[in-house]
Amino acid sequence: MLRLVDLRVKYGNIEVLHGIRLTVKPGEIVTILGANGAGKSTTLLTISGLVKPSGGAVTLDETPLHKLPPHEIVRRGVAHVPEGRRIFGTLTVQENLNLGAFTRSDTGQISKTREWIYELFPILAERRRQLAGTLSGGEQQMLAIGRGLMSRPRILLLDEPSLGLAPLLVKTIFETIKTINASGVTVVLVEQNARAALKLAHRGYVMELGRIALEDDAAKLLANPDVQKAYLGGGAA
Amino acid sequence: MEEFFQQLTNGLAVGGIYALIALGYTMVYGVLKLINFAHGDLFTIGSYLGLTLLTSLFLSDRLGPGAGIVVLALMVMGLVALVGALLERVAYRPLRHSPRLSAVVSALGASIFFSNTLMLIYGARFQVYPQGILPKTAIDLFGLYVPLVRVLILGASVVMMIALYAFIQKTKIGTAIRAAAIDQDAARLMGIDVNRVILMVFLIGPALGGAAGLMVGLHYGQINFTMGWVYGLKAFTAAILGGIGNIPGAMVGGILLGVIEALGAAYLSIAWKDAIAFGVLIFILIVRPTGLLGERVAEKV
Repeated sequence: MLRLVDLRVKYGNIEVLHGIRLTVKPGEIVTILGANGAGKSTTLLTISGLVKPSGGAVTLDETPLHKLPPHEIVRRGVAHVPEGRRIFGTLTVQENLNLGAFTRSDTGQISKTREWIYELFPILAERRRQLAGTLSGGEQQMLAIGRGLMSRPRILLLDEPSLGLAPLLVKTIFETIKTINASGVTVVLVEQNARAALKLAHRGYVMELGRIALEDDAAKLLANPDVQKAYLGGGAA
Repeated sequence: MEEFFQQLTNGLAVGGIYALIALGYTMVYGVLKLINFAHGDLFTIGSYLGLTLLTSLFLSDRLGPGAGIVVLALMVMGLVALVGALLERVAYRPLRHSPRLSAVVSALGASIFFSNTLMLIYGARFQVYPQGILPKTAIDLFGLYVPLVRVLILGASVVMMIALYAFIQKTKIGTAIRAAAIDQDAARLMGIDVNRVILMVFLIGPALGGAAGLMVGLHYGQINFTMGWVYGLKAFTAAILGGIGNIPGAMVGGILLGVIEALGAAYLSIAWKDAIAFGVLIFILIVRPTGLLGERVAEKV
């Protein structure tokens, strides 16, 4: 169980998260919605340790994650697929994937995980010797997700996986997220594409200006008139 | 033709030395985007440590000339690596999140500190390496008689470069170093301890620089506390020539610069040696600022 309790984050003197309270149960897909600048990405960055909170706590089961450096948090089973993909462009696809397994030493099992990722995204297998920077945007996103999975995480944090992708590809990515979740990985999904995210997720949080404004089952959020108006294009659905 | 090949082998040996030093610049730049201006002085420290160990331990007498020189080189490399790690800890790590200029000033300060410390310990005059460490024989290479020390320097630097290349390309830690050079935060998200990567770079670079210092002592026989400045600048030029941040680039750039310089000195005038080397720097900055092997692919956004 991942728990954020009264989480506060400052950039310089400006507080951007004003006490976030959020829980993710094992096996869930939880989505975080909100406008640009609401603090969604900052929340994920704080979970994975790249940003340190000024107050509150992030705990995984009983372990306080916010006291650990990012590389230790990966070892505790949290993988973060960051916004903008951040793949290693001058390394090959396979080297990128191998780096995802940096915390593991079980060589035989690592190649099994890699084969699983090549099954999830067959295009990556075809391009395994290619430099990652030469992939298309969609392929890079697949690589970023695959790289995140290489550590065999318990929890996968996905930041805007659909950003800048063609609608058909978005559909593929979302279906793959479902498959990943079905294999036992808990998913925290930050998305602008609110409708697709809510259809996929079990529960959702809506963030506004550094606070949690709403929290509910995904189906209820999808039916909520306020959410429809603000995030789903005016209740047309 | 004889003259040409003699100068060529000389250039290759000096180029190997430049390449070893250039690797230290380029690796640190790759990971920290910092020019470690104290690196030339780490090279000088290697040279002086080699002298002290030679004159105090008599390794060649105890272990024989072959094993003696290998053990000596390993000791020098290990000690200079420790100095490099200490330099990172004291002069650079506290400034990791400061503006880049602060770290550059700190690097220049460290450089002055090192060279003055060497002057205070060893004196300002040239120090002379003991003779007869390596037999003064020449090796017959296809009819060309090349001094043994030159062959050994070129051979040793090539072996070290191949080992480094294999380490960076093939091992897990080497890949982690390359990843951290591309994107430190993304590397952290892979579970890489970037501080350890930086420490690793500050062990490997200075070790190679220290080895180069020992080579210069053995090759030219005399050393001075200020020599790190010129060698540092030449190696920095070599790193730029090959493409700063690029490891094979530093190797190619170093060898190339050594050869250009040796041939230029032989056929134009020895007085023009430095002008030729820095002329190369200016030329490459104008024509191809990314260096010969600079960035291969553009990042796709």
